[in-house]
Amino acid sequence: MLAACRFGGRATRGCDGEMTAMKKESMAFSIALTFCVMFAFWMLLSAWTVYLLEPYDLLKVSSRGILAALIVSFLTYEIFVPSRGENVLLKIRRLIPYIGWELWQIYLATIDVTKRVLGILPVDPRIIEFDTTLRSDFALVTFANSITLTPGTITIDIEPEKGRYIVHAIAKEPAESLTVDQTMQKKVGHVFMEE
Amino acid sequence: MIIPFLVVGIIIASTILVCSYRAIYGPGTFNRIVAANVIGTKAIVLLIVVGYIIERPEFIDIALMYAVIAFIGTIIIAKYAERGELCLR
Amino acid sequence: MLAIDLVATMFLAAGAFFMIIGTAGLLRFPDFYTRLHATGKCDTLGQILIIVGCMTYEGLSFITIKLIFVSAFYLLVGPTGTHALMKAAYASGLPVWRKGDKRM
Repeated sequence: MLAACRFGGRATRGCDGEMTAMKKESMAFSIALTFCVMFAFWMLLSAWTVYLLEPYDLLKVSSRGILAALIVSFLTYEIFVPSRGENVLLKIRRLIPYIGWELWQIYLATIDVTKRVLGILPVDPRIIEFDTTLRSDFALVTFANSITLTPGTITIDIEPEKGRYIVHAIAKEPAESLTVDQTMQKKVGHVFMEE
Repeated sequence: MIIPFLVVGIIIASTILVCSYRAIYGPGTFNRIVAANVIGTKAIVLLIVVGYIIERPEFIDIALMYAVIAFIGTIIIAKYAERGELCLR
Repeated sequence: MLAIDLVATMFLAAGAFFMIIGTAGLLRFPDFYTRLHATGKCDTLGQILIIVGCMTYEGLSFITIKLIFVSAFYLLVGPTGTHALMKAAYASGLPVWRKGDKRM
């Protein structure tokens, strides 16, 4: 999704060709944060070979990891930009029960597709459009992913200025659960405090 | 414990063969792109299961790398089929 | 067989069943958009169930962490790829199937 590549907020260098400048101290903080995350990831993936050697050989073994993490963090430090938005910790704490609800919806979606393949329920597709009150990038992307994982609907297109979604639904009941009931709009609006 | 892994591996391999019918006969470009994406997804799972059958844990790294590359390939082909070019100049 | 092996075999069998349903949907549905519904949802859950079965068989070790990375990555990435394909097809004018049309 094209909205997701603007998640870093400030410095993008995509096909449009523009690049905005960053301050010196925030650049050093971004490089340090990226280096720590990449090195921790490398240690998790390759740590099972470390047990074969003596403990004081740890620096010699992880020298490859340090070199690789340095190269990657110098090339891609622009993604982790600090001071992203307000109330980030509160949003993350509300996001975790939402992820649990999402996993349950994946299971329901697969059961629904099984019934339509075997012929128990009918196949009657249609395209619907509706508006929401979400405006920020992260909220739009999360809601579009959730529509794709809900039984019977897939997102086709979004307009970021008005919050309008174009959705392809496979029958009448999943389409009505999005436009008439609006259970998922209320849940996402509760997580991101309805922006 | 090797028998359940063998059975699952044979089922996934035969599913890949059945899915190639849509890759050959699908009317138009987009049905063939979907079939290639599905074959890529099943290949990731098949790599992990084969890694368990022959008892070598290195196959999981190969599956992780192939998942990343297949995702990027799908996005690039979808962007090209939508616009006719990859970047606005 | 131990109880852990039995639980792992059940997860593997459920994952293989959902993959068969996904491919049957790819052959049977009458339109491109409905075929994307079938594969985008069934393949994701089938893959997660098979990987969870492999994780239960392994126990707690570093290989389990790698398998968690593979399944979490695909859970984020699968619906995004499905959406990208559907947006490309809709923008280039592929006709949508209504009930009662010929199969396309």
